[in-house]
Amino acid sequence: MSTAVTAESDRLRSASRTRLLASRPEFGAFIGALVVFLIFAVLSILRGDVGKGFLSIQGAASFLEVSAYVGIIGVAVSLLMIAGEFDLSVGSMIGAASLAVGLLIVQFHLPAFIAVVLTFLFAFGIGAFNGWLRVKTRLPSFIVTLAMLLILRGAGIGITRLLTGNTIVSGVTEASAGDPIVPLFTASINIAGGEFKIVLLWWFAAVAIATWALTRTRFGNWIFAVGGSDLAARYVGVPVNRVKILLFMTTAASAALFACIQVFSFGSADVLRGANKEFEAIIIAVVGGTLLTGGYGSALGSAFGAFILGTTQLGINFVGINSDWYQVVLGSILLLAVLANTYLLRRASGTR
Amino acid sequence: MQPIDERPSVPHDNAPFTMPAETAQRIAEYGGKGAGPVNDKVPVLEARDISKYFGRVIALEHVSLSVRPGEVNCLLGDNGAGKSTLIKTLSGVHPPDTGSLYMDGQQVTLQSPRDALDRGIATVYQDLAVLPLMSISRNFFVGSEPTRGWGPFARFDVTEAGRIATEQMLEIGIQVRDPSQLVGTLSGGERQTLAIARAEYFGARVLILDEPTSALGVKEAAIVLRHVIWVRAKGLAVIFITHNVQHALPIADRFTILSHGRLAGEFVRGEVDQDELLRLMGGGEELTELARELDELMGADTRTIEQAAVAAEATPTSPDGSLAEVEAEELPPDSPD
Repeated sequence: MSTAVTAESDRLRSASRTRLLASRPEFGAFIGALVVFLIFAVLSILRGDVGKGFLSIQGAASFLEVSAYVGIIGVAVSLLMIAGEFDLSVGSMIGAASLAVGLLIVQFHLPAFIAVVLTFLFAFGIGAFNGWLRVKTRLPSFIVTLAMLLILRGAGIGITRLLTGNTIVSGVTEASAGDPIVPLFTASINIAGGEFKIVLLWWFAAVAIATWALTRTRFGNWIFAVGGSDLAARYVGVPVNRVKILLFMTTAASAALFACIQVFSFGSADVLRGANKEFEAIIIAVVGGTLLTGGYGSALGSAFGAFILGTTQLGINFVGINSDWYQVVLGSILLLAVLANTYLLRRASGTR
Repeated sequence: MQPIDERPSVPHDNAPFTMPAETAQRIAEYGGKGAGPVNDKVPVLEARDISKYFGRVIALEHVSLSVRPGEVNCLLGDNGAGKSTLIKTLSGVHPPDTGSLYMDGQQVTLQSPRDALDRGIATVYQDLAVLPLMSISRNFFVGSEPTRGWGPFARFDVTEAGRIATEQMLEIGIQVRDPSQLVGTLSGGERQTLAIARAEYFGARVLILDEPTSALGVKEAAIVLRHVIWVRAKGLAVIFITHNVQHALPIADRFTILSHGRLAGEFVRGEVDQDELLRLMGGGEELTELARELDELMGADTRTIEQAAVAAEATPTSPDGSLAEVEAEELPPDSPD
């Protein structure tokens, strides 16, 4: 059309393959995961820990299991954060869902299958309510879900104490023994001397589905648009409220999945189980390249984020550092990750 | 072509905007489907006697406006004149309290922005035109994604979206090497142009452009103005909202001026000059006043008041720091209402 316009485009340097790779939101987290793994590997070798501890198959199975649990929450929270919302209630949702499934089995003698279905329905309900409250009141989701965090935790303790006189529900394993649905949450496989739990499969499946939905479906495009600007999205016809409510339901459901796996694996439910998981999920999302303000991010990145979290948490123990230092390390990783991701995003979006 | 980019898009002496030869040629090749300036076709979109109140505030009162195929109607007004309220009414964001809308002579009620879009009314908002952190192809199709497959397995056809987006961007003169590149890498003018091209691609018949040039530099504004001329030549009806008379004059077939929520004047091209438009917008007196102050400050009484006013409007900074200060105080900020 005109030379001026073309000249403007010509000023963009041609994108090389590495540059394209570096402009992906999960790139920083991928490098971070490599670095964290290498650091613990080197520390282990220095301790002479080859074939045991961190550098063993069982060690890998352990830190992957920790990563998988938080990763399931992290991937759902990433999608929600890309859409520009927070869910602080996932942590106490885990507790509430654990109690729900535990009580339904132990106290009400329901088959495990029914208990699981009811627990998921309960989670969908809470998630939908969070979302509905958010879009109807237009209060920030930070506030809405902070309120829900308190309500769920308080109600969980109150109701459980009323019913059992205790805040822990035990005896789930005995009460659900032989139920065909239980192995779905407890199965494990022994590979080369390491016991890999089925939670890993759930995590991989969740990340794969989320990545597919985010990058290859209309709904995924809407998630990005809603997070970029919900007004702009609404003006081009995106059903903004529906997108948000569905994503709040997804985070609540991820908490229910977390709870089911944990309750059947440990044989008991505890209201405090999910404490702080809401923050770990946000850390995973942000480390994974999701922008805190929404509109940009990656589901795959959350997997690297979760890997970093799980590896650090167990790696610190394996290499003999007092676990008191875990939070210091985690905080530092968070800061570094945000700085790196902000830099990468600026490069990708051409602003400096 | 005219070396339009080497000088300010609108010269100070009020010379008419000259269409770049290349654009003119393209328009000629297109076969003159555009109706040309000021025709007597049935308006594609017409607002009759619209009023809108927010509580006790009169946002709009008895405002009418119409736009025909192949015509650019420039809606002018200072900040707070009611331009935004009027376009929100025209684009289905909120219904008018009184008065009605007509498309092709038939009365219509717009239920929502989506409804307006489905009827062919596309609005491009200055700040909300595109999502900078999304790729070019995702931006192009957001809200109207092409899908493949069935039911829950229907997937967003990324390859197809990328292909169409690249093709359409080339059509408007922007070479895209990689459609997955973020829109943030495009310049301001290119972003607005992308949004216009997108609306066109999805079958818009009426384009409402909300201050598409006001945040842009001269070069960038020229990219957008040129594209508006091209879209008009293709027979679309354009409502171009601005408070910058300099950008309105070269492209408008009609002028509709709003002031304090009411119609302050309606003209066709050639009936009105810049000073009259400025006066009607309510900015004329202030500019005259500004020019007088400037003259006093700088001791320059050689310039005429009009020239000073034009210079003040067109020159964002000056060698003299005090001028920029006065300007900032006297002129409304260059932003939408």
